[in-house]
Amino acid sequence: MHATVSTAMPSAERAAEAARNAKDSRDDRLFGWVLKGCALIVLLSLVGAAGSTLWLGMDAFHTFGFGFLTSAAWDPSNDQYGALVPIMGTVGTAFIALLFAVPVSFGIALFLTEIAPQWLRGPVSSAIELLAGIPSIIYGMWGLFIFAPFVAEHIKPWLMNNFSADPPDGQVSWLVQHVPSIAKFFSSEYPFFGAGVLTAGLVLAVMIIPFISSVMREVFQTVPTRLKESAYALGSSTWEVVWDIVVPYTRTAVIGGVFLGLGRALGETMAVAFVLGNTFKLTPSILETGSSIASTIANQFGEAQGLQRSALMALAFLLFVVTFIVLLIARLMLRRLANREGK
Amino acid sequence: MSASLYTIRRIKNVVAMALSVFATAIGLLFLAWILWETLSQGIAGLKPQLFTKITAYREEGGLANAMVGSLILNIIGILIATPIGVAAGTWLAEYSSRSKLGPTIRFLNDILLSAPSIVLGLFVYTVIVLPSKWLTNGDVTFSGIAGGIALALIALPVIVRTTDEMLRLVPGTLREAALSLGVPQWKLTMQILVRAARSGIVTGVLLALARISGETAPLLFTAFGNNFMTFNPIDKMPSLPQVIYEYTKDPSPDINVLAWAGAFVLTMFVLALSLIARFVFSRSKVSHD
Repeated sequence: MHATVSTAMPSAERAAEAARNAKDSRDDRLFGWVLKGCALIVLLSLVGAAGSTLWLGMDAFHTFGFGFLTSAAWDPSNDQYGALVPIMGTVGTAFIALLFAVPVSFGIALFLTEIAPQWLRGPVSSAIELLAGIPSIIYGMWGLFIFAPFVAEHIKPWLMNNFSADPPDGQVSWLVQHVPSIAKFFSSEYPFFGAGVLTAGLVLAVMIIPFISSVMREVFQTVPTRLKESAYALGSSTWEVVWDIVVPYTRTAVIGGVFLGLGRALGETMAVAFVLGNTFKLTPSILETGSSIASTIANQFGEAQGLQRSALMALAFLLFVVTFIVLLIARLMLRRLANREGK
Repeated sequence: MSASLYTIRRIKNVVAMALSVFATAIGLLFLAWILWETLSQGIAGLKPQLFTKITAYREEGGLANAMVGSLILNIIGILIATPIGVAAGTWLAEYSSRSKLGPTIRFLNDILLSAPSIVLGLFVYTVIVLPSKWLTNGDVTFSGIAGGIALALIALPVIVRTTDEMLRLVPGTLREAALSLGVPQWKLTMQILVRAARSGIVTGVLLALARISGETAPLLFTAFGNNFMTFNPIDKMPSLPQVIYEYTKDPSPDINVLAWAGAFVLTMFVLALSLIARFVFSRSKVSHD
């Protein structure tokens, strides 16, 4: 009798507990699904960005076929569109940006990890990271109003005097007389005009320096101290430790950081929209004006209709695919170091 | 022989060190140059009417509508991105450990982080602006909502990443203690883990806000811009970066001065936000110890 009472009570309790457990696990499942749904939005926005630009760009791809990639014509009045000039502009400016940003970033990372006294490292690295926080439109303004006139006044005349076939000082340099082919990279129709591929590339370089240098600094710090100390103990100089120990150890991640900067430089719109000049003439000269994919979209999409809008969408699709691949490589290379660190 | 080798090595070292210091000086020089120009040219253009008058008055006007528009667009963007981003980051940190999808999404999120923002703007143009034009017979084309969604897409990966990282920093013992008491996982996540990582998550949201405050490209074809004051999110909406873009292109020097003043306000706002984010983050580190 006593026993039945004592088992009856727990069975009611057990039922309540079972109900609570069932509710908890149902809530847990629901909660997990909601979270997973939100995580899938990340996936969706990447797929959506590629899909929507491809969909609206289909018209241009159909009309021009493969020639869209190889044609240098960009003529809205005749409805002829080719992507070659914007592609060249994008690649050219990004290449110049890397050419300047990589050595400077390397120097900064080296300074911050090996040379600077401890008390200076914090402030200097914060200051460099501040550069990354400045909105890109500010870089664009500074480029247009301050830097482009500076280039026109100081850098461009010097380059043209030394490397172009038509120098402002009238004296063709010894180098150009002997290697005339170099001159086509430094010709300029408007010698006193600061905008151009070189200017845009330099502005981009300043923009991506903080990204590349902070990746380099971080990966340099992952080098085990005992490796460096062994080299120092054998009598290596700081430079030898960096070049023979730190750089080989971090090579993949350093390249990953460079690709990360390249991805930024390729997709940047506002910093180059003002200083590239927005012309559509195919030229090898870095002192000529040009246009990039992003700046073409920013400048023309507002008024574009029909085939022009489709061509701009097709450009956006190309840009997205290329930056996606570049960033994919960057992340894969950076991940390899992270994996090794974990071991 | 060995003495000369030693000299060469020493010279090499000194040259490399000097170049490294020089590179750092170049980086700092450009930072100082850009900030100095923004400061000096911007302060020259600072007038009370900058904050009280709208862009419709052009030279005699200010940027009041652009600032209000930016504020509304940022709020919409953050309101959309924060819950989704925190949820997605939580899933990555707490739920995805046994699935293949988790690492893939974490990886793709890092790519979205540096994807070209103008393409994300065109994506929102395709899925929000175009359909709303058809649905309303052209009454609603560009809108503040569309601009806010575009900004949300840019803020999202920042919030996802910081949430994910911060949650993974929370000690596993906290999870085990709660689970052994029979707390269901959703309660553990909401009431213990997210709370423990709160200041880190707030840092992420602030960094995301700083990032979207300066974005121009995705707003050009979504919020579009408006010369009048508007609080209506389905209206075309101006924003500070977009007005700076238009005013920089303008041939009139008086308008350019306004662009500099706007650039000054924008830069100060963004830098202040990142300082606050750093402050919140440094406090969160102290409280963990």
